[in-house]
Amino acid sequence: MTLFEPFQFEFFRNGFMVATLAGAICGLVGVYVVLRSMSYIGHGLSHSIFGGAAASAVLGVNFYLGAGMWGLLSALMIGRVARRGKIGADAAIGVITTASFALGLALSNVFGQARRSIEAVLFGSILGVTTLEVLAVACVGLLAVAIICAFYRKLLFATFDPEVADVTGVNVGRMEALLMLMLAVTILFTMKIVGVLLISALLVTPAVIARMVTDSFARMLVIAPLVGAACGAVGMVISYHADISSGAAIILLAAFVFIVVYTVTGARGRGNAGGMIH
Amino acid sequence: MTRLIELDGISHSYGGPTVLEHVHLTIDEGSFLGVIGPSGSGKTTLLRLVLGNLRPTEGVVRRRADLRIAYVPQVETVNWNFPITVSEVVLMAAAAKWYRPRATESERKRVAELLEQLGLGGFEHRHIRELSGGQQQRVFLARALHRDPELLVLDEPTSGVDVRTRHEVVHLLTDLHRKGTSVVLSTHDINGLAAHLPLIACVNRELIAVGTPAEVLTSSVLERTYGAPMEVLEHGGMLLVTDSPMGIE
Repeated sequence: MTLFEPFQFEFFRNGFMVATLAGAICGLVGVYVVLRSMSYIGHGLSHSIFGGAAASAVLGVNFYLGAGMWGLLSALMIGRVARRGKIGADAAIGVITTASFALGLALSNVFGQARRSIEAVLFGSILGVTTLEVLAVACVGLLAVAIICAFYRKLLFATFDPEVADVTGVNVGRMEALLMLMLAVTILFTMKIVGVLLISALLVTPAVIARMVTDSFARMLVIAPLVGAACGAVGMVISYHADISSGAAIILLAAFVFIVVYTVTGARGRGNAGGMIH
Repeated sequence: MTRLIELDGISHSYGGPTVLEHVHLTIDEGSFLGVIGPSGSGKTTLLRLVLGNLRPTEGVVRRRADLRIAYVPQVETVNWNFPITVSEVVLMAAAAKWYRPRATESERKRVAELLEQLGLGGFEHRHIRELSGGQQQRVFLARALHRDPELLVLDEPTSGVDVRTRHEVVHLLTDLHRKGTSVVLSTHDINGLAAHLPLIACVNRELIAVGTPAEVLTSSVLERTYGAPMEVLEHGGMLLVTDSPMGIE
């Protein structure tokens, strides 16, 4: 068995491309996620989208439309509950997204979706990725790059210092909504390959690795997608040869790179990552 | 004298008890106003109402049309681990106008000039964490000045800084005021900062007094503001406020 053997299969080539793109997109969006301490939102949204995916399957609605609307609705509900101030955003995420996840599981049980299919959604699968889905993920990537280029300064200001950004004329609420939208769309289009339970790690780990090796925000936006893409690509090959789920292989590889960088960069890297590593 | 901002009978609450009640305050062109009061007295809420970050639950805030306001937050609230350089912080001031990710040559020149003015020439590419307390405060001041503000609002500009940095900040603000910028700041530092300003507002849920240091730095006003006995002494023509903690002989 050679290293390149799996590339003779179309399903693997599609999965490989989606995993590479997914890693890059998650790395890019993840920079904002970790710098805004929103890691838990990424985790929660993926769970919520699982509920939407199950409901879409039962109702016979298109997966991306149903799960996407569900995810966006959850994100808006989290924002609304948190803004009311009675409970914190973390508690709002805990209640809303886990309820959505539980609903997804219940629907899958009642309507008899195969256990194997649930496992694929939870832990990721390279089977059944179509060429159209590869193109869709590529479009999501281009959209994310376009949004970040067009709103680079506004997003940076709203991330670093939202209160002053607001006084300076940046519409912070709109920037936050844009980030939530990017996050929801990224999770929606990449969760199939990485899995609901592991997607948040792909959002966080490449960005934290990038933070450990650079002190520049602009460079972080280049390094994190490169690390994510490399983990996605190499993780897919490992997944095939070791016969483990694609999500697990990608995340384990990212975790390994994190440990290496954490060790090599020493105190400086740990200092840079600061509050990101708990 | 042009009126920049007028707070007309404003009250504010964050959904619970009222934080500020029936405040009437005007900020005119050329003002240099210090807002003092104990922790939780509503100083920051007052500044946020002036800035327009908050809407009052009662009353009206009137601002002169097209008033250019800039804000310098407390440096203690800054995330020093954020991967950002001095010039990137200053360039943020133009974020609302620009869609171009990279700074133009003229923007870079303007940033360099501002940093030079504030004694930070050559620090453009340094990470903000690598600077001293005074230098960090000046970076955020440079970002505010990039907007060429008519009114500069600062939240606790001398909080958590050493004596030398405090002197630097006071001199910088005095200089800016002399050049025509109106300044409003909040502070806990009565002797080191507020007593040197031409106008002081004492706040504790309501506006207790507004006036010159000689008018408001009196035992009775300060006791009403802080809810504790305070003495005012005169030393070399300057007023000096001391507190006398109860129960300590």
